[in-house]
Formats: sequence, C-alpha cells, structure tokens
Amino acid sequence: MPTSRWLPYLLIAPASVFLAVFFAVPLVQTIVLSFDGGTAGLWGNYQRMLGDLNFNASLRNTFMLVLTVVPLQMMLAIGMGLMLQKMQKGRDVVLWIWTIPLGVSDLAAGLVWLAILQNTGYLNTVLFHLGVIDGPTAWLNSETPVTLFIAVVVAEIWRSTAVVLVIIVAGLQLIPKEFGEAADIFGASAWQKLTRVTLPMLKPSLQSALILRTVLAFEVFAAVYAIGGRNIPVLVGEAYVWQRENQNYSVAAAYAVLIMVISLAATAVYLRLLRQKPEAQA
Amino acid sequence: MRKSILLTGVAAVFTLALAGTMPVAKAQDLIFLSTQLRPIDEAQKVRDVILKGAPKTSYVVDEPSPFTVRMKAEVEANKHTISLVGALHGELQPLLPMGALDPIDDVAASLKDRGIPAGLMELGKLGTGKQMYIPWMQATYVMVVNKKALPFLPAGADVNALTYQQLAEWGKAMNEKTGQRRLGFPVGPKGLFARFLQGNLYPSYTASMVTEYRSAEAETMWNDFKAVWAQSNPNSTSYDFMQEPLMAGEVWVAWDHIARVKDALQQAPNDYMVVAPPAGPKGRSYMPVIAGLAIAKGAPDRKGAAELIAHLTKPETQLITASEVGFFPVVNATLPATLSPGVKLLAEGVAKTQTAKDAVVALLPVGLGDKGGEFNKVYVDTFQRIVLRNEPVRATLDAQAEVMRSIMAATKAPCWAPDKASEGACPVK
Repeated sequence: MPTSRWLPYLLIAPASVFLAVFFAVPLVQTIVLSFDGGTAGLWGNYQRMLGDLNFNASLRNTFMLVLTVVPLQMMLAIGMGLMLQKMQKGRDVVLWIWTIPLGVSDLAAGLVWLAILQNTGYLNTVLFHLGVIDGPTAWLNSETPVTLFIAVVVAEIWRSTAVVLVIIVAGLQLIPKEFGEAADIFGASAWQKLTRVTLPMLKPSLQSALILRTVLAFEVFAAVYAIGGRNIPVLVGEAYVWQRENQNYSVAAAYAVLIMVISLAATAVYLRLLRQKPEAQA
Repeated sequence: MRKSILLTGVAAVFTLALAGTMPVAKAQDLIFLSTQLRPIDEAQKVRDVILKGAPKTSYVVDEPSPFTVRMKAEVEANKHTISLVGALHGELQPLLPMGALDPIDDVAASLKDRGIPAGLMELGKLGTGKQMYIPWMQATYVMVVNKKALPFLPAGADVNALTYQQLAEWGKAMNEKTGQRRLGFPVGPKGLFARFLQGNLYPSYTASMVTEYRSAEAETMWNDFKAVWAQSNPNSTSYDFMQEPLMAGEVWVAWDHIARVKDALQQAPNDYMVVAPPAGPKGRSYMPVIAGLAIAKGAPDRKGAAELIAHLTKPETQLITASEVGFFPVVNATLPATLSPGVKLLAEGVAKTQTAKDAVVALLPVGLGDKGGEFNKVYVDTFQRIVLRNEPVRATLDAQAEVMRSIMAATKAPCWAPDKASEGACPVK
C-alpha cells in the first residue's frame, strides 16, 4: 500500500487532538480566567493573590522546599545509580525496591508519613519505648515549624527520588565503559573519575532529571497538605484553598499562572546552564 | 485492503456491542443530589429507611465543592438530570445567582400544616421574596465535655453556663495539672471554625456579626480568646472533625457541629456531657444550621421532587432521620424516648443551647451569593493574624474590616440576625 503523504499527520492526530482539548484549551481558559478581575480590572486577581495573608509564606515555603529537596535528591539519586552500576547479583531486585515509591500517590505517601510522625504515630512509639520521650510529642503542628518542614522534606525525598533515579540509571547505562576504564588506567581517583568523566557524560540526563523534578517540585501539594494541612502553605495548596473554600476560581487561576511562569523560568535556567556544546555531542 | 475493511468492521461491531451494554439513564429517574448524609452507612440508611414510602428515587451524594460545580455545569449546558437538591443553607446560597434553583412557593404552601417555624421558612427564601428551599433538617454547634475534665472546673463555675474567661481558666487548670492543653477547636482545613467565630464568639461579645466587626468589644473579645487559645491543643490547626481528638483523648473540651462529634458520643456515651457554648458579655450566642431541600430549575421531574419534599418533611420521616443520623427535625415532632444514648446526649445539649436564659440566635449569612467562602475567610484570617501570628489587634481589625466592607459592597447583602436590619448593604462601623 503506497504511504500516503498525510499518514504521519493522521497518526499523530489523535494524540494532538487529545492534548489540544484536555491541555491547551484549559490552559488558555485558565490564563484568561486569571485576568478576569471583574470590577478590579485586569490585574485584580493578581493583586488579591499578592496581598493575601498566606502568599508570602506560601512562596517562601515552596522555594525553600524546592531548594532543599531537589539538590538532596539529585545527590542521592546519583549515589544510588552509581551503587547500582557496581552491583551484579540482585541489582534488579534493588532497583525494583527503590522504584516502588513511583507507584505510590503523593497523598498516600503524605498519609504514610503522617501516620509515622503524628503525636501517637510510629516514631513516637519507638522513641517512647527507647525512653527518649515521655509521652506523645508533637512534631507536626504550628508550634514546631522546623520539624514540620523537615518532615515534609523527608516525605518528599522518600516519595519522589525514584523519578530522578530512573532517569539517572538510564543515563549511566549510556556512558561507554571505555571512558571509565581509561580513567582507571591513567590513575584517576574515584572522586576525579566521578567529577571528570561520569558527571560530564551524564549532563543530558541530569538536565532532563532536573527540569522534570524541579517543575514537579514547584507543584508540591498533596504530601504537604496531608502532613501539615494549613500550617505550611505552599503555592498549589493556596490555589486549592481559593478554589475550594473561598470559591473564587479567578484567584486560583492567578496562582496557577504564577506557578506556570516560575516553572518556565526554572526550565529556561536549566536549559542554559546545562547546555551541551555542539562539539561535545556525539 | 480487504484485511483493513475486515478489521474496521470488527472494531465497529465491538464498539457498538460495548455501547449497548452501558446503562442508559432513564429520563424519568428522580435524582436526589445531596451534600448531607454522605458517609456510606448514612447514605444507605437514607436509601433503605428514610426514603421508604417515597417515590422511586436515586439518592446521590457529593462533596460540597463538586456539588456546586455539577449544578453550575447543568445550568450552563442546559442539560438537567437532577430534580431535587439537598444541601446546607450556605451551599444552596451560591446556587441562587447561578439560576440553578426553581422557586417553590407552591410546595411551601402545600406544607403549611407541618409547622415549620416561620424564621426557618424565611431563611429558605435566601434573601429573595420567593421560597427557594424548604428546611429539611436542623443542627447546631455544641460543646462536648469529657467527664475527665470536670474535676478541673474553676470554683463556682457551672459547666452548663460558662463564660469564656472561665473556659480559659478551666483550660489553664487542666494544662497545669495534666501537662497537656485539653481544649480543642476545629481549625483544620475542613473544620467549621469560621462558624464558631461568626455564630458563637462575635455575637456573644458584640451582639453583632458584621456591623461591630472592629468595635472596642471585638478587641476585648480577641484578647479574651487569645487566653482560651493559649490553653488549646496546638494540633487544633489540623482538626477537621472533633470526634477524632475526643476519642483519642487528646482533647477533653471541644466545640463542633453535632454531626462531627456524634461518633465519639455513640461510642462512649457515658464518658461525655454535651453543654451549651460559653457566653460573653452580650449573651450566649448560637448558630442554628439548616439543611434545605430545593428543586433544580428545569428539573426533569418537578412533581416527583415536590412529593419527595413532602415525604421528607413528614413528622414520621423527620423522627426517623433524627434517630438514624442525628440531624434534628424542623417540624413539630417530639423526639421519642428510644433514641440511641449518643443522639440523646446531643438532643439534650441542643435543647440546653437553644433554651439557655441568655441565648442569642445568630443566623447563617443570607444574600452573600458565591462570596460565602470569602466571607468566612475574613474571620479565619483575622484569627490567624491576631491569635496565631500575634499581630496588633486594632490594626488587624481595621484592615480586615476593609475586606469585609468590600464583600458587603460587592454582594449588597442586607444585615441579618443578630445585626439589626439595614437599608442596602450591611455596613461595618
């Protein structure tokens, strides 16, 4: 059967229509909604968002979470990936166990850590039996913001390192063994091998992993909501509150547009910082 | 070529077969959408017990937020599947500007002999001149006291007639003697704390909900409440339903909606007392919660919906509703002596609240349309700023009063009880 000229377009048509209907159209509608300030004019919703009680806290918390979680996860994932490379027996089992959190929803992960860390949770039970504390101790309320933040960081790292790990493992497998062997022959230390050979060759994967993880990190919500509720506002959480409780869809749309702009800016930064010079590309 | 025709034919037959097995909603189904009585066991009781004898109904439940979205979608698409709607007053309010409700003065006229109080029927007009919903069930907010807390009551205090200062002292005694703060409020994301501030705290100190928002009495009120909060369990900012911390023993004195403490009372009725909320200088204020039945505009089966309303407001059905799910009747009906102990405690507590000598009724907001959520936000934000963040009281009240004024100006809602009736939008002095 002769290949029709239209065949490629027809083949991608269903996916494109799906994306257009369920992604592009709502995106445009959300942007338009965020500028629908009614009597307050074009920027009305943005002014309300900026002047809201929890805006500064939510912006600060979101950035602090991203700046804490993403670097820690990248280092952890690179370490885990390198360990996997050295393993022969049992490598698949370990990789499978490490990627179990991928199948767990954000909210479920948050609830798991809530069950561990709440007043009468597993952590306190263990500490009580060890004699470290003498009763139910609060880690997660508004009076303990530091431990609350650490709890959210731990839950997020537990939940989403697998995303980064999978990309890093794939990237590590693409590095030809000869480079590592050559480094060994020339007497490079493990640290030199890591920084001079492995990491530069891992740049494309690092770029993908960083962009993906950072954009997702700016949208952190379910785990934070489960563990901290209203005590630790984040940007998406505020959008949720404005839509659900305050029933003001326009301000929620303004938050959504803000998150999108921040994510786009972060992506642009990564693309610039981690770009490959044309000569270095194989 | 033949192969592709064959494949297409098989695919078409397969799709048609699948479509044929899909259940098709009959246009005559009487669909009753409700935001109340959502938990599975309560919904089953509605289907099996409460709706017995009613026209054939499909009882569907939804959370408040998707409920509003669904009604909006039906109005905008002009495709109506829902005939009867059952929801709280505050959830029916935003449906009015959407044009989702059908005036039901005819239904109201046919139910005149039921004895639904005129005040409640007036609430059912949602600020318009026409009847928009018929009151279905009522509830209120109460204080639940674990009997373990009683030995710590301050001298001379009557647990059934506390003031907020006595409440703070009581909390302090419990804190000092047991090492834990035992008062609790539902300040969680889904908690009803806004109703506490609107229905109990503000009217008890200022005899008003809106107009005296930034008065000197309001300043006193916030300072007194700071003392109460200092003795409240800090996990309160995560509590949505007070029955959980009550059952866990984290909290010994809790304020919440009767439906949200019912499980604790059913589980261990001998451990608790239900009392009226504390009083302030201007009285002991309480807020009645009304759930109403409304007919959707363009309903496929308006007649059936009207019959269903008549069934649900029958005294017998109202009594069954009370004993099964703990929401109290709006019609003239004496509760039987065979109520379960937990519901009996609640009924006594509600009676004590409503018949207290210094009781003041604070009504649910009327006429706010879809700004009900933002109205609640003003109160909760004020609490966050003054009590949680320790900001200066006067400056916060002035700033929040501005936000309140803009909401009132946008909705043009006239004042409602306990505020005195106003000409035009309710002013904030």
